[in-house]
Amino acid sequence: MAKSNHQLVDLYFMDARSKLIDIAAFMDRVERAGQTDDFRYVAFQEALACLSKESRAESILNAFSDMSEEPLAEATLGPALGAYKKA
Amino acid sequence: MRYIEPHAHMVSRTMDDYQALSIAGCRAICEPAFWAGFDRSSAAGFYDYYRQLTEYEPKRAARFHIEHYCWLCINPKEAEDVGFAREVIGLIPEFIHHKNVLGIGEIGLNKNSKNEVTIFEEQVQFAIDHNQLILIHTPHLEDKRKGTKLIVDILGQFPGIEPNRVLIDHVEEHTVKMVLDLGFWAGITLYPESKCTPPRAVDMLEHFGSTDRIWMNSACDWGVSDPLSLPKAILELRKRGFDDGAIDRFVYQNPVRFLRQCPNFRLELD
Repeated sequence: MAKSNHQLVDLYFMDARSKLIDIAAFMDRVERAGQTDDFRYVAFQEALACLSKESRAESILNAFSDMSEEPLAEATLGPALGAYKKA
Repeated sequence: MRYIEPHAHMVSRTMDDYQALSIAGCRAICEPAFWAGFDRSSAAGFYDYYRQLTEYEPKRAARFHIEHYCWLCINPKEAEDVGFAREVIGLIPEFIHHKNVLGIGEIGLNKNSKNEVTIFEEQVQFAIDHNQLILIHTPHLEDKRKGTKLIVDILGQFPGIEPNRVLIDHVEEHTVKMVLDLGFWAGITLYPESKCTPPRAVDMLEHFGSTDRIWMNSACDWGVSDPLSLPKAILELRKRGFDDGAIDRFVYQNPVRFLRQCPNFRLELD
């Protein structure tokens, strides 16, 4: 089924480059604002380490995930925030 | 190019969207019952919603030569109040035999709570008892991995479950394998921010697309979402070298194969 012997770098480099710069600018922005202790930003930094692993997308999704297994006693209020807040 | 939109919340969309979908090649839309952006204050609110799904939306879609189908349930977001949820489930038998109803969905989990699990189990049993297909919502973002694992484990405890009659939706790279490995169908949802982009969806199709048990959808609703994300994914497939036959399988034939297990679904495979 694999079809990706097309010129994937031609296809995606500029888009990925743009997103990488956006990530860098986001980190600069948060740092300037002194908000690096936000749990989401801490999770974000930890997720960056997944870029040096295999299956990067899967690893990053797991890094942001609640890895517990038991149902919660009751539903929490508000929307999902994108990163699991560790106790 | 012909395609089926297997998951769209058209009650939240305009006629412009129906027109754009039709022009883009959409032949049928399947609309699961969902959380409308606010909690309904009574079961009567759901009664009206089920009427909208079974009576009104098919007429709007027909104006643009699109067939409209729906799924019925109480969504997990509004299932935390078990008594209320059971009252709503009690309304479903009145609607379940309507000619555009495909089955029970989108049931599932939202915050992975015990009460959500209770109502999920009861609606799975309802579907089995009424010989209905099942469409399952998996939680958002950080809750998805845990919720998907809970869902497949719960389904494994039902001897009456046939995995090929269950679609587990909103899979991403960390959940798609656990769904497909157990014989369920998997849905990839294309969202601008959360869930999946067209390039990532094509990555997953490259990895897992040899199975027929996978489809893509926009799940467009009242939030930041794109009813034309499926045609955009078709373009992405072309850029990646997939031919028309393979694309047709992903966006038309696969949905038809799953949905034709419901006798109400009328589109043909060819």
